Amino acid sequence: MNDMRKIERDVKMADTKITARNVNVFYGETHAIKNVDVDIAENTVTAFIGPSGCGKSTFLRCINRMNDTIDICRVTGDIQLDGSDINAASVDPVQLRAKVGMVFQKPNPFPKSIYDNVAYGPRIHGLARTKSDMDEIVERALRRGALWEEVKDRLDQPGTGLSGGQQQRLCIARAVATEPEVLLMDEPCSALDPIATAQIEELIDELRQEYSVVIVTHSMQQAARVSQKTAFFHLGNLVEFNDTSNIFSNPSDPRTESYITGRIG
Amino acid sequence: MTDITPEQAGSGSSHSATELVRKSLARRNRKQRVLQGFGIAAIFFALSMLVILIGSLISTGYPAFTQTHVELEVYVDPDEVNPDNLSRGSYDEMIAVSMGAYFPGVDMTDRTAAREVTQILSSGAQLLLRERVIADPSLIGQTVNIKVPASDNFDQLNKGLVKRDTPERLRRVDDAAIERFDTLNEAGIISTPLNTRLVTNADSRFPELAGLKGAIIGSFWALLTCFVISFPIGIGAAIYLEEFAPKNRLSDIIEININNLAAVPSVVFGLLALAVFLGWFGMPRSAPLVGGITLALMTLPTIIIATRAALKAVPPSIREAALGVGASKQQVVFHHVLPLAMPGILTGTIIGLAQALGETAPLLLIGMNAFITSAPSGPFDSATALPTQIFIWADSPERGFVSRTSAAILVLLTFLISMNAIAIYLRQKFERKW
Repeated sequence: MNDMRKIERDVKMADTKITARNVNVFYGETHAIKNVDVDIAENTVTAFIGPSGCGKSTFLRCINRMNDTIDICRVTGDIQLDGSDINAASVDPVQLRAKVGMVFQKPNPFPKSIYDNVAYGPRIHGLARTKSDMDEIVERALRRGALWEEVKDRLDQPGTGLSGGQQQRLCIARAVATEPEVLLMDEPCSALDPIATAQIEELIDELRQEYSVVIVTHSMQQAARVSQKTAFFHLGNLVEFNDTSNIFSNPSDPRTESYITGRIG
Repeated sequence: MTDITPEQAGSGSSHSATELVRKSLARRNRKQRVLQGFGIAAIFFALSMLVILIGSLISTGYPAFTQTHVELEVYVDPDEVNPDNLSRGSYDEMIAVSMGAYFPGVDMTDRTAAREVTQILSSGAQLLLRERVIADPSLIGQTVNIKVPASDNFDQLNKGLVKRDTPERLRRVDDAAIERFDTLNEAGIISTPLNTRLVTNADSRFPELAGLKGAIIGSFWALLTCFVISFPIGIGAAIYLEEFAPKNRLSDIIEININNLAAVPSVVFGLLALAVFLGWFGMPRSAPLVGGITLALMTLPTIIIATRAALKAVPPSIREAALGVGASKQQVVFHHVLPLAMPGILTGTIIGLAQALGETAPLLLIGMNAFITSAPSGPFDSATALPTQIFIWADSPERGFVSRTSAAILVLLTFLISMNAIAIYLRQKFERKW
């Protein structure tokens, strides 16, 4: 059964979920992202690595148009999700973000109950018609977030009372509750201890079965552990984008090599 | 000298840094002690001023919280009352007769002599009797036990504020009057109970009858109007400016002007209200409604500034989280940011309202310092407010108003302190650590 799914997954890996072409981002006068082209495949974990300030988070935020909320930020170029332009005038960022979930660097649960944290997205999008529908959605999301067993008896307690790792898994559950197709993760483990990090990494690998996952990480080991594809950013340029195994064993660009061997960054 | 120099240089190279630090450390510590000393002195100064203020208010104001009363047995003479119109009747005569019982030597038919006896009582005594009779006409033909307030001068005498050892010509009550008062006192009909009239009566020309009811209700209506106007408008303006407005020159100018508005002297708002609300719109004079609108203009900037600060304090991570699951900007604000900012907003609002409650100048200009002897029944009736009532009483010549002014200030301060206490409580209760 598991094997069958794996085969299916491998086949699907060929399908491209997101195509970015010629993406440029400007913060006022600063040119933060320069002509980036990336293809993100379905059911794959794609890691963005690179030194601080290289633009990997900025690029990640282009994919669900979170940069729209920053006044001075301007994005040009073409990003397509399933073949349609996400920056088109007809696309409402709200709709896009329901499809492209996001998990942030610092766990940021709402100061509400665990249940309400997860139920918020489905509620505003009207995904549940009845209370039992909602209960089901919340349970499913928490199970996917690998948190259900730990919190099922205290769903009414505040999400902010959980430990850091649990909070981050709650945020993942919250993100998957709206049934997104893509999950963006902006350094999801940087505020967590190694045990919580390991749990999240395991979870990311499971999530790959249903979503395209894009993860920004500072840790090259993490990129090597969880991703199938890796993109190396440097000074706003996409230097190299290839299978993770290739990037780490046989980088084609000298800058990539310098970075992964620890000489820059 | 030449011997010392190399030695100094030698020790200097290895020890001078530590030595310098040690020296400067002493200086730095001294500076810190001086700074702390100044801080303690400043706090001590401020506290002692506060103690002096409250102390003087209490010491002048406490006599106003009691009121000398005379307990009388009054026969309601059916001959003296018009049965068809109970408000017409010689109630003063009945009281004079009842007082006469204590002074067998005085001829109560002699108007001057009778006047001297009855002046111990408040001029409102007959009105109190009349109210009793109107409320219960069956009392006609019966003897009524009634406690009436003593007039201001005798109230002062009873409380020891008129000194018996001052020369007679410098006293407001002469020796004969004191003697008459003592007669009543010996008869055991003088008492000094709690002065409930201070809060149950409206203003009066006579200090012994004057109360704050009209002012408290007037202040209530004015504050309610102020809140109803300034709270939604203030929050709306703040949300727009903080969350939606584009950051450009225009919004900068608006922001600066709102901050400036908060610093405009309140009398200017009074002049504006006088010209616009009373002059142009022809709104009623002395009405708490107009007072409230004027106070709302003053409170608006305070609420806007407090609300913006509270909105700003909500961490961006919460906004991102909500945006990230697909909330619209409006949903982010109303589902997450505003509820989290509410304690701060409420605190700012209460502090703004407390400021408005104590505001006097704009109310003077729209005529809320009128002499009004009945409590307002709505926001359109003429009324005073607490601070303007204090202003009126402070201006009144009767001795009794001296202590009543202080008492009124204490009442106002009680309201202000409780409002601030509520604000602090809300802040403590809902404060969040991020």
